[in-house]
Amino acid sequence: MSSAWARFALLAALLLAGCEREKRVYSGQPATNPAGELYQENAYDVAQGKRLYTWMNCTGCHAHGGGGIGPALMDNRWIYGGKIQQIYRSIRDGRKNGMPAWKNRLTDQQIWQLAAYVRSMGRYVRKDVAPSRDDALNSGKAESRRERSAPLEPGR
Amino acid sequence: MNWQSALDPHSANARHLADLFWFFTALCAAIWLLVVAALLRAIRHPGLAGEQDPPERQLRKSRIVGALTALTVLILVVFTAASFYTTRSFAWPDMNTLRIKVTGQQWWWQVEYRNHDASQVLTTANEIHIPVGRPVTLELHATDVIHSFWVPDLMGKQDLIPGRTNYLTLQADHAGVYRGQCAEFCGLEHARMAIWVFAQEPSAFEAWRRHALMPNTMPDGGAAAKGAYIFVHRQCASCHAINGSDAAGQTGPDLTHFGARATIAAGTLHNTAANLDRWLADPQAVKPGANMPKVDLSAPDRAALVAFLEGLK
Repeated sequence: MSSAWARFALLAALLLAGCEREKRVYSGQPATNPAGELYQENAYDVAQGKRLYTWMNCTGCHAHGGGGIGPALMDNRWIYGGKIQQIYRSIRDGRKNGMPAWKNRLTDQQIWQLAAYVRSMGRYVRKDVAPSRDDALNSGKAESRRERSAPLEPGR
Repeated sequence: MNWQSALDPHSANARHLADLFWFFTALCAAIWLLVVAALLRAIRHPGLAGEQDPPERQLRKSRIVGALTALTVLILVVFTAASFYTTRSFAWPDMNTLRIKVTGQQWWWQVEYRNHDASQVLTTANEIHIPVGRPVTLELHATDVIHSFWVPDLMGKQDLIPGRTNYLTLQADHAGVYRGQCAEFCGLEHARMAIWVFAQEPSAFEAWRRHALMPNTMPDGGAAAKGAYIFVHRQCASCHAINGSDAAGQTGPDLTHFGARATIAAGTLHNTAANLDRWLADPQAVKPGANMPKVDLSAPDRAALVAFLEGLK
């Protein structure tokens, strides 16, 4: 009897491991209201956004979130608002004083992914959503191990 | 076009590996047959239970067991030495030959021909052209995760590891096209990460190299010219470069002379206009998870882009 239970438990554990697999949507997320809501809680989209952050040379102005020529992205100050929709708009249309518009440089999906990563930089996402690895060597802590920044402040 | 097989060697190194494989296989098969024969004999002629062997028979038995143990140790030593000396002969790359930097990325290969003269540095993707009969040193890099370079007809595997450089020497005996494949599971599209080695006569290789170094001439009219405009002014140029145009993206495959390549998306599709159109319409339907996004283009725009890209000979 106990061996039958052990077998059952083993089978259940194997089957349960397949549950709750993270959903990945490769050709754009379905429309939601408000738009972009699904991207910010999806680990895959945040991780893709992190790659785009490096590939599109965001580090050139914003460094790895600490800022430089451009404003810091990992603190709680958001000049144009810290909601994913507001960040999306900043990336898509650009902002004065040098932020270029990316609308013909990246696809809509990529801009949402990038916005989701930028929003996550101050750890405003769950630990299991924040990226835990880097493609290249990184001197700092992985995003998932960082402390959360202070609560969001609306604007300056 | 050869289908890849480690048992169809086309270079000295691949032959050594195939010989090693057959040596191991033959010896292990012979041992297995002998063991099975001994087992069958023992089943046919079982000793009587509880019966004590006479002393001379006991001595003979322990001598046989001792001899077989020594033979086992000897065979293991021979196997170890054979594999050590075979693989050691590949270990030291020659740095004075043609050097090609191969960078594995999810899920394609960047290929860069090294040269001290910057004007002779050539970048391409998913295809390596090499001259026949001469060793070529590959410098193996990776940008994201561990990949492995394996063209079985020419050479054994070597890993590409982020932050580390590995070397591999390729040499082809005869002209031909040899397929290779990423041999280390590297994510979702690992299976669609093929590479082709084109081994050419030295003169043909040199002609290819000279041609590949030249910038593409941009079309000056028709659909192809419209396609060139779209390529540079839409999302394409963010990641892809074409020598001769203003597109200079560095994160995706370099598409200079794309029309002359055999396949699309690292061996996923044959390079035809219809397949390219299918790929551009939705890359995620062809190779889900690849970093090439679906770009919203109208059908006529896509057709123009296809005309432009296929014209880059």
